[in-house]
Amino acid sequence: MNALAHFLEEAGIATTGISLIREHSQRMRPPRLLWVPFPLGRPLGRPNDAAFQQRVIAAALALLDEDSGPVLADFPEDSGSEASPPDAWSCPLPLPPPETGDDRRQRLRRELSALRPWYELARTRRGRTTFGASGLELEGVAELLLGFIEDAGRLSLGGAAIMQLKHATEDLKAFYLEAACARPSQAQREPSPSALSGWLWGETEAGQLLRAVGALARSSQNGLLRVLGERALVPRGIDVEMHPPDSAASEKP
Amino acid sequence: MVRLADLEPAERAHALAKRCEPLPGTPFVRGPGLEERRIALVTTAGLHRREDPAFGTVPSAYRVIPGDVEAADLVMSQLSLHFDRSGFQADLNVVFPIERFRELEASRTIGSLASFHLSFMGAGVEAEQLREPVREVARQLLADAVDTVFLTPV
Repeated sequence: MNALAHFLEEAGIATTGISLIREHSQRMRPPRLLWVPFPLGRPLGRPNDAAFQQRVIAAALALLDEDSGPVLADFPEDSGSEASPPDAWSCPLPLPPPETGDDRRQRLRRELSALRPWYELARTRRGRTTFGASGLELEGVAELLLGFIEDAGRLSLGGAAIMQLKHATEDLKAFYLEAACARPSQAQREPSPSALSGWLWGETEAGQLLRAVGALARSSQNGLLRVLGERALVPRGIDVEMHPPDSAASEKP
Repeated sequence: MVRLADLEPAERAHALAKRCEPLPGTPFVRGPGLEERRIALVTTAGLHRREDPAFGTVPSAYRVIPGDVEAADLVMSQLSLHFDRSGFQADLNVVFPIERFRELEASRTIGSLASFHLSFMGAGVEAEQLREPVREVARQLLADAVDTVFLTPV
């Protein structure tokens, strides 16, 4: 962000906008940015709050009036995204209880079936879905990830296939998170990012699957896949080893 | 809220470890009043139209977003994992405030919106890797009479 601003101004275009990590902008000194105290991923602060978003934009546009720079201003309002404790929200969707003898594939399929009506409801209400970066349908996403586990990490995967694996993990998460927000909880509160993350990674079969994918990728001899596993599949702070994945061998037919 | 002190230790360490060397020079372009400016949105969220190729391993890659894009047409293939996506799922504008800027254009608070906008992927990119791609897109923006860019990260 900071470098983009610098190079655009070098090319003759004025810039303003949002900084999410003040320390980075302090060090790189872009021409004009407004630092906002919002969660990473939410530069405008509050979803579906046009008035709040317009206040953020107005504060950033006001920096265009400055005669000289660099200018790094602070936005005075918090977004309130994490105002409630992370455990104040619990997902109102009923996940199917595990059945004796279920393997990973069966557990995941039953969970996907249970969530699909809520995902469809969210899609209708929002008029859009963010599922789709992998180019696969939900079945294809599930099969790609399950197949990756069952085929001992598919060490011969090429670059494009490895990227699709990453996008499939994000599609699976989008399906779950959009479904989870379709039905209001008793508290009628929007779940915080950390509450949603805690539910996905801690309570769902998809979370277990994604941990397993991450663990397998981390141990791969394929350099790109290993980097992906180390940096881009399981968030820092989520221990892939905390809930060891079913071993690939144990699930092979 | 996010201040470095509020992040998980691993996240904080990662953020602090990023190379953020100042770039040479201090370019600072002035311009007309807001009501005369033509504004493009540029984000590093890794957004693109559903039918466009997803982002891959080139960290300086970008995609063009048509000015009349609908929210339902955009997906995110940002490779970085370490930010919240639920806000974007709930409301495109929390990342890419196109509807807010259309409101500003309609109310004549700004002069006009660009014919197109841009999204970089940005994850893992070194600043200098962006120099040429940005020069390239700047030429396109200037050809569209854009004089101002509004930037949003994730």
